[in-house]
Amino acid sequence: MREQRAESKEQRAKDTDKKRLGFVLRPVIIALWLALLFLPFRGIKDALILFVTLSILLFIFRALSGYAKTLTEKFNVIRQSVSSGLETVYARPKTPRFVAYLLLLGFILSVPFFAKDYFIDVLILAGIYVILAQGLNVVVGFAGLLNLGFVAFYAIGAYSYALLNTKMGLGFWSALPLSVVLASFSGFLLAVPALRLKGDYLAIVTLGFGEIVRLVLNNWDSVTKGPNGIGGIEPPYLFATPLGGLSYYYYFILAFVALTVFMVRRVYKSRTGRAWVAIREDEIASSSIGINTTAYKLYAFAFGAFWAGAAGALFAAKMQFVSPESFTFMESVLILSMVILGGLGSIPGVILGAVILVILPEMLREIQLYRMLALGSGLVLLMIFRPQGLFRPGRLSRLAGESRYLMGGKGVSFRS
Amino acid sequence: MFVQQVINGLTVGGVYALIALGYTMVYGILELINFAHGEIYMLGAYLGIIFLGFFTAIGLTSYSLPLALALTFVLSIVFCSAYGFTIEKTAYKPLRNASRLSPLISAIGVSIFLQNYVMLTQGATDKVFPHLFEETGFEMQGMTFTYIQIFIIVVSAVLMMLLNLFITKTRMGKAMRAVAQDKTMASLVGINIDTVISVTFVIGSGLAAVAGLMVAMYYGLVNYSIGYIAGIKAFTAAVLGGIGSIPGAMFGGILLGLVESLSSSYISPEYKDAYAFIILIIILFIKPSGLFGKAHEEKV
Amino acid sequence: MYLLEVRDLTKHFGGIRAIEEVRFRVMEGSITSIIGPNGAGKTTLFNCLTGITQPTKGRVSFLDTEITGFRPSSIVKLGIARTFQNIRLFKEMSVFENIMVSQHCRTGAGLFASILRGNAFKKEEKIIEEKALEYLELVGLEDFAETLSWNLPYGSQKRLEIARAIATEPRLMLLDEPTAGMNPQETSEMMELIKKLQELGKTIILIEHDMKVVMGISENIVVLDHGVRIAEGTPGEIRKNPLVIEAYLGKEH
Repeated sequence: MREQRAESKEQRAKDTDKKRLGFVLRPVIIALWLALLFLPFRGIKDALILFVTLSILLFIFRALSGYAKTLTEKFNVIRQSVSSGLETVYARPKTPRFVAYLLLLGFILSVPFFAKDYFIDVLILAGIYVILAQGLNVVVGFAGLLNLGFVAFYAIGAYSYALLNTKMGLGFWSALPLSVVLASFSGFLLAVPALRLKGDYLAIVTLGFGEIVRLVLNNWDSVTKGPNGIGGIEPPYLFATPLGGLSYYYYFILAFVALTVFMVRRVYKSRTGRAWVAIREDEIASSSIGINTTAYKLYAFAFGAFWAGAAGALFAAKMQFVSPESFTFMESVLILSMVILGGLGSIPGVILGAVILVILPEMLREIQLYRMLALGSGLVLLMIFRPQGLFRPGRLSRLAGESRYLMGGKGVSFRS
Repeated sequence: MFVQQVINGLTVGGVYALIALGYTMVYGILELINFAHGEIYMLGAYLGIIFLGFFTAIGLTSYSLPLALALTFVLSIVFCSAYGFTIEKTAYKPLRNASRLSPLISAIGVSIFLQNYVMLTQGATDKVFPHLFEETGFEMQGMTFTYIQIFIIVVSAVLMMLLNLFITKTRMGKAMRAVAQDKTMASLVGINIDTVISVTFVIGSGLAAVAGLMVAMYYGLVNYSIGYIAGIKAFTAAVLGGIGSIPGAMFGGILLGLVESLSSSYISPEYKDAYAFIILIIILFIKPSGLFGKAHEEKV
Repeated sequence: MYLLEVRDLTKHFGGIRAIEEVRFRVMEGSITSIIGPNGAGKTTLFNCLTGITQPTKGRVSFLDTEITGFRPSSIVKLGIARTFQNIRLFKEMSVFENIMVSQHCRTGAGLFASILRGNAFKKEEKIIEEKALEYLELVGLEDFAETLSWNLPYGSQKRLEIARAIATEPRLMLLDEPTAGMNPQETSEMMELIKKLQELGKTIILIEHDMKVVMGISENIVVLDHGVRIAEGTPGEIRKNPLVIEAYLGKEH
């Protein structure tokens, strides 16, 4: 008996030795592997530096990951006590949220009074992207149809306004309806055949559509002036005053963002929105409760393209110039990233996603070169660690408020 | 004119086919459009320039050009395979049980990362492939066939035959087919799914490396953005042949090369890149399962 | 009066004959069971009746309308609803939302109505909500209205599927193995529910393996084997039918 116990003790000691060895060795091996991969592109010196820093970083990461669990637990306890404390302080839990919204609204409205032109400019761009991302949110987030060529509708909207304005002399207000109708009609045209396809195939066909539109814009010189683009586009007029000034345009975009959010939200919380989400969840089951899935997918495509068209016209009016360069595949990926970062199907989430992805690169101007690297690796990390994005989708009925699960976890089981 | 275009088409088509094989094998096993695959091809082209530059610097190319070229091929294949392996382990494997969307987005992320990494380290302008041998060939009835074209066609054909042998004859190849058909069953009969997936990525990336190197030699120019468009076209080729089908990818690649080369000389060269998409869209509407693919219905 | 008439219904998948010239009729207000060994083509039959798969040959008429070739949503609108053998709920939607969306084909608000939100829209939404609660009460899930449907226990998921089918206001309900995987307690509750549906005037076709359920509640039984209808009759007749016994137990018995 005693011998056996001694043996097993020895065994255990050996095992822990092995574990300790692995604890040090594994990070070193991984670092060595990665450094070797970078070797041809960076040379020996850089690879060595990479190897050393990576080993240290990975080692620290490993050492910390043991504590990570206890840390999260502690953090959760603190968070819970704080939130329960807050609840006792505010007998009516709606009040602080209301106040926060009011403060946010005040801030948004007062931006032109204190901010630099540059910041207002960035916010205008963010506003355009919010509209665009909400459009894609309808297609991908609500109806679950992956569209990798969404930029095509944006381009159609922008070029429609550009051409209607410069060639036919139409003003913004008469060209805008035409632009959005053209964009939604092209959404419809693409959707009629494309919707026979499922999942990844649909994604690829939409990508192809996006590329075809860009190639046409690039090569149809007689109309689009090719890569040179179209300049001299007029800004919108409101009561006979041109909205050329940044502050004016800021409020103008803000109004459009509000309109977009208002309308998208209303459609989401209605019979149509529910049908879209049902199709996303299970297409066969939705057809067997009487939803005409083809028709509703078509509506989603056209309604999404509608907003992309509006965003395109606003973009053309803001820049007073359009060229095919603004409508590449990367742009489609960027819009999709906004929707995914914010949380597929979540209206406030997508607003936040768009604003973050426009403002963040601007704030990181010094490391401008690395922003695409960051976007690429950010997408991978997001998918691994938080595929559901920042927000969960809100509820589908008219009466209920938006989801309370701001930054909610994966395992949320009840919605109240 | 026509025969000339056919030769040009076969050359490009062979390259598309090699890349398409990587797409189709990965899709067959993981049902994932490996968006980063085009970038592996681009990396292969760059690695060729880097290694050849290195061999010129140490004087190997002037000592024996064939040896230097052979080493360049081997090293590019090894590195690209390692890239493919690492990408799968880091960006796709953690997402194996996630929703369909997640690995696709992750793949797009990897693609963006690699493109911009190469742009940062190698510059945004075109890189010239070292001019090591004369562009020779032979003329026949007023048409020129360069040796490099013949080299590309022959190498593609040989690699495809080897791959076919591998898939049909070896144990690992059979395991790959089993995993493609039914993962659960395959793992129940003792096939290590992870190994099979890794091998798939390694082989696919190796083929893409060869394709990249050959294109660099053919055109003499390389750019960080070539991976995206070539990737999309190769994917088109894979879909054209029926995604998941290896002979389909070969056939689709060659067909696409031919169509592209003929239509840009007979219709309009400006839209050269659009033909692939137009064909893709038409094929998907007529026969979504591709020319060699099998249609499968969702089980209710 | 016959509510449903199936004539020579045939479905081949490539070379496989899933169902072959199946014919039967269903009386309004009755409970019919379709039984048969695994792979007899029962679910394929349901898929053909609901338009999810198109039959190779044959005709289905419902209320004297020929519905073969109709799209699934039109068939639901005419009054046929179904549940699935492998539960297919809208997982990320709450129990309540599952029922709301299932009233889709009995409501009509479009895109513009939902943006404008006039009185008609508000009234319709209110009715949808009231009815949803009513259907949930019928299957006993009213306490779980706010639960995400995939968090429900298995038995309740099956009940939710039935509630979802009822919400389409059907005359005929096709239930695909409603008691599969249930314990005796849950099974008898499910039988009660099915009887309640009959009392509400629904006609029901069941696919069922549990003979106690089949014999206990059905008025008519159709037996399929290898896609062919081998017998039809009352529970008493089926119990004695030598062909049925052979199909289930093999020739030896």
